[in-house]
Amino acid sequence: MRAIAEGLFTEETPPRLIGGRERASRRIVFPCPPGDTFEPVPLAREGTLWSWTVQRFRPKSPPYAGPDAFAPWIVAYVELPGEVIVQARLVDVAPDDVRIGMAVRLAPTLLDPQAADPSYIPAFAPIGAGA
Amino acid sequence: MSDVCIVGIGIHRFGRTDGLSGLEQGVFAVNQALGDAGVAWQDIQFAYGSSDAAGNPDTMVDRLGLTGVQFINVRNGCAAGGSALFSAQMAIKSGEFDLGLAVGFDKHPRGAFNALPAEYNLPDWYGEAGYMVTTQFFAAKIMRYMHLFGISRQTLGKVAEKAFRNGVHAPHAWRRTPVALDDILDAPMVSDPYSKFMFCSPAEGGVALVLASEKKARELGKPLIRLKAAAMRTRPPHSFEVFAPSIDVVADDGGMRGTATRLASAHAFQTAGIGPADIHVAQLQDTEAGAEVMHLAENGFCADGEQEQWIAEGRTEIGGLLPVNTDGGCLACGEPIGASGLRQVYENVVQLRGDGGGRQVPDTPRTAYSHVYGAPGVSAVTILER
Repeated sequence: MRAIAEGLFTEETPPRLIGGRERASRRIVFPCPPGDTFEPVPLAREGTLWSWTVQRFRPKSPPYAGPDAFAPWIVAYVELPGEVIVQARLVDVAPDDVRIGMAVRLAPTLLDPQAADPSYIPAFAPIGAGA
Repeated sequence: MSDVCIVGIGIHRFGRTDGLSGLEQGVFAVNQALGDAGVAWQDIQFAYGSSDAAGNPDTMVDRLGLTGVQFINVRNGCAAGGSALFSAQMAIKSGEFDLGLAVGFDKHPRGAFNALPAEYNLPDWYGEAGYMVTTQFFAAKIMRYMHLFGISRQTLGKVAEKAFRNGVHAPHAWRRTPVALDDILDAPMVSDPYSKFMFCSPAEGGVALVLASEKKARELGKPLIRLKAAAMRTRPPHSFEVFAPSIDVVADDGGMRGTATRLASAHAFQTAGIGPADIHVAQLQDTEAGAEVMHLAENGFCADGEQEQWIAEGRTEIGGLLPVNTDGGCLACGEPIGASGLRQVYENVVQLRGDGGGRQVPDTPRTAYSHVYGAPGVSAVTILER
């Protein structure tokens, strides 16, 4: 199995997301942009939920590459303290149980588990949610 | 310096008009605006035209007449109409011209805007993962705002309910049937907390405004609707915008971050020499119900969190303290990008003239405010006075 793109996750187990630190300002962004202005930096695995919503309809393809059979999924913005707020999926929780400020941990998930060559995308799960 | 005046207005009904191109809807609006001003196309010295997805505005000279007129196209995201109007007023303020036109039109395919990552300098995986969806951003922005400032979902529903109720009385609106609050709240969800009635849809339509120097406006014998301010701004650092794979962390994140709206609004008020309390009617970007709520504060009309009480008390209703989106806004009219900002100004001129019929703000207002906001963090504001 593979990541959806190069340069998103570190090679370690479990992985971390790779952000980009702007050399001049020290500001961190995600993902790390190409070029020399930003240097790659591994991001914290744990953070808190900054905001969220639910994607209730299938996004148009292209560009969406998820499964044809659509089930709603949660879009999260996760604050990694002192680093950056990243957009990712939120998994292992029902929308009714989502709370801004809840503690979450990186838990990469498959974009399309049924695909011939499935790929991982960035995702977080509530801490203490089983996994 | 003398003021720039709006002396003619025209609009092609928003919504869906099969068999008529966006440009043709723009031409329709221009002819109506010329008639309203009592001038001929041959009198127009310059034009600025905005369209995002319906072709080059300058090509409408085919239909209007090959007078050789200067015609400049503006493409500036959701601020396109506002940018066309800003440019047009500058052309008159500079003394170069006395009479000109700002026109905007568009025609978008049905359904959500279909954006591709490369158009926004984003990696392909971001789109493959399903994030090139504008509704996600709007929903996530209001979700945090509700959390921080205690805005209820009921309030979002009431904003949408007002939009459809006002749209009933606006001949140019797309959705002209009232929708009950419970039907709005219980409708299928698009992106939590928003149901389908709480989002506007991409649409079609055209708007034209004839602008004149004050001297020219007096010659034409028109009531003087003065454009006291027109401002366009882009985003400041740390703002939260559509299509954001990441957002900056900031030291104090308990309030609203800086926005293009705040910058444009502050500049417009400064230019006009008046404040939010002096405004009698406002058209605020309502891409979704929560946008109207947040933009009340971002434009300085109330503090963050006060909207809950404002809307409960009906202050933004047509008979309220500050009537907002008197023609139903984007929620009732839809959003043809190139025309949307000019529709707001059209509606404000109607209100200042006292021509609003069933949606007329009582005691004919003397000041009117318009505000657009959109991707990727652009905003345009105007202030009119009669």
